Amino acid sequence: MDYSILTDYFGLYMEGFYGTLLSSVLALFGSFLIGAVIAVFRITTVRGLRWFGAVYVEFIRNIPLLLVVYIFYYGPSALGFTLDGFKAGTIGLAVYTSAFIAEAIRAGIMAVPKGQMEASRSSGLSYIQTMLHIILPQAIKLVIPPLGNQFINLIKNSSVLTLVAGLDLMYFADGISTETYRTFDTYIFVALFYLVLTLPLSYGVRIWERRLQRKY
Amino acid sequence: MDFIGAYSADNLKFLLDGLYITLIVAFVSIILSFIIGCIIGVIRYSEVPVLSPVMFYLVEVIRNLPLLLIIFFIRFALPEVGIKLGLITAAIAALTIFEAAMIAEIVRGGLMSIDKGQIEAARSSGLSNAQTLWHIVLPQGLRRMVPPLVSQFISLLKDTSLAVVISLPELMHNANIVIGHSYSYAIPTLALVALIYFTVNYLLSLLSRRLEQRTV
Repeated sequence: MDYSILTDYFGLYMEGFYGTLLSSVLALFGSFLIGAVIAVFRITTVRGLRWFGAVYVEFIRNIPLLLVVYIFYYGPSALGFTLDGFKAGTIGLAVYTSAFIAEAIRAGIMAVPKGQMEASRSSGLSYIQTMLHIILPQAIKLVIPPLGNQFINLIKNSSVLTLVAGLDLMYFADGISTETYRTFDTYIFVALFYLVLTLPLSYGVRIWERRLQRKY
Repeated sequence: MDFIGAYSADNLKFLLDGLYITLIVAFVSIILSFIIGCIIGVIRYSEVPVLSPVMFYLVEVIRNLPLLLIIFFIRFALPEVGIKLGLITAAIAALTIFEAAMIAEIVRGGLMSIDKGQIEAARSSGLSNAQTLWHIVLPQGLRRMVPPLVSQFISLLKDTSLAVVISLPELMHNANIVIGHSYSYAIPTLALVALIYFTVNYLLSLLSRRLEQRTV
C-alpha cells in the first residue's frame, strides 16, 4: 500500500470528493422536489395526474440511471445546446432518484391511518390543512429512513458522472491513476472516500429505523 | 433527429447484439448472486461466531461502495495483484459480488420476519436448528422475499449498463457507439434503448406479481 498517493494527490482527491458531494446534495434537493410533486400527483383524485404520476414512476424505475444521464447529456446537443457532464449528470441523478423518492413519500402518506383524514376533515379542516397539520408531520417520520437510503444511493450513483466527464471522485481518480500507474492503491483510497460518506449515513438510517420500530 | 438513419438495419442488429450480452451477463449474475446472497444471508441470520460478524462487515462495506467502482476495480486494479479476469467474467464477478451483498440483506430480513413462536414450536417438537431453518423458516421466508428479490434483479439488469466503464459490449455501450456516429442519432437511439430496458424489466415485474399471487 502506497500512502504517498493519498498525500501527494490529496488536492485532486478532495476536488473529486467535493464534486461527488455537491452533485449528490444538489440531486437530493432536486429529486425531493420532483418526487414530492409526483407523490402528490399519485394520491390526488384527478385521474390525469394520477396516470401521469404512475407512468413517470414506472418508466423511470425500469430504465438504467446511465440512460437517464445520457438523455440529458446527448439530448441537448441533438437539440442544439449543450449541458456539461456535471450538470447533465446531476440533473439525470435528480430525475432518476425522484421516482424512488416519490414512491417513498407516497408510502409514508398511505401509512397514516385513513381514520385520521376522516376525523380531521369532519372536524372542519380543509384537505390542505389536514395534509399540512395532520398527515405530513406523521408521514415525514416514516419517510426519513427511505430518504436516507436514497441519499446513500445518490452518493454511490453519482459515480456515473465519470462516464460523462462529470468531475466527480471517480473522474479525478482516473487522472491520478494514469499519473501514478498504481490503479489498485489509487482506487482503494477512492473507496475509502466513498465509505467516509456512506457508512455513517447508513448507520444513521439504521438507528432511525430502530427508533421507529420501537414506537409502533 | 434522424430516426431513419438511427434505425438502420446495421444499427438495430448492433443494439440487439448488445441486448444479448446484457441479458447473458444479467442472467448469470442473478443466479450466482442469488446463491451466494442466500448463503451469506443465512450465515448472518444464524449468528455463527466469528463468521457472522465478518460477513456483516463485508456486506456493509460492499453495499456502501458504488458498483461502478467495484466493476472498474475488478477489471483494472486486480491485475496489479495478479488476478486477471476477462471482460465478461470481470463484469459478472463485480455484479455478483455487489448484488450478493444486497440479496444477503434481503434474505436476512425475510428470515428475521418469521415469527419467533414458530421457531420455538419447531424446536420444542424435536427439530434441530438446521431442520427448523430448512423446513420452517426458509420456505416461509423465501415467499416473503419474492417482491424485494425481483426488484433487486431488475436493479441488477439495469446495473449491467455500468459495465460501460470497462467497455463490455452490452446494450448501453453499443448505444453509445451508435450515438458516436452522429448526434442526430442520439434521441432516437436512447428512446429505443429505454423502450427495450423498460419492456424487459416490466415483464420481470409482471412475472413477480404472478409469482406473489401464486405463493401467498
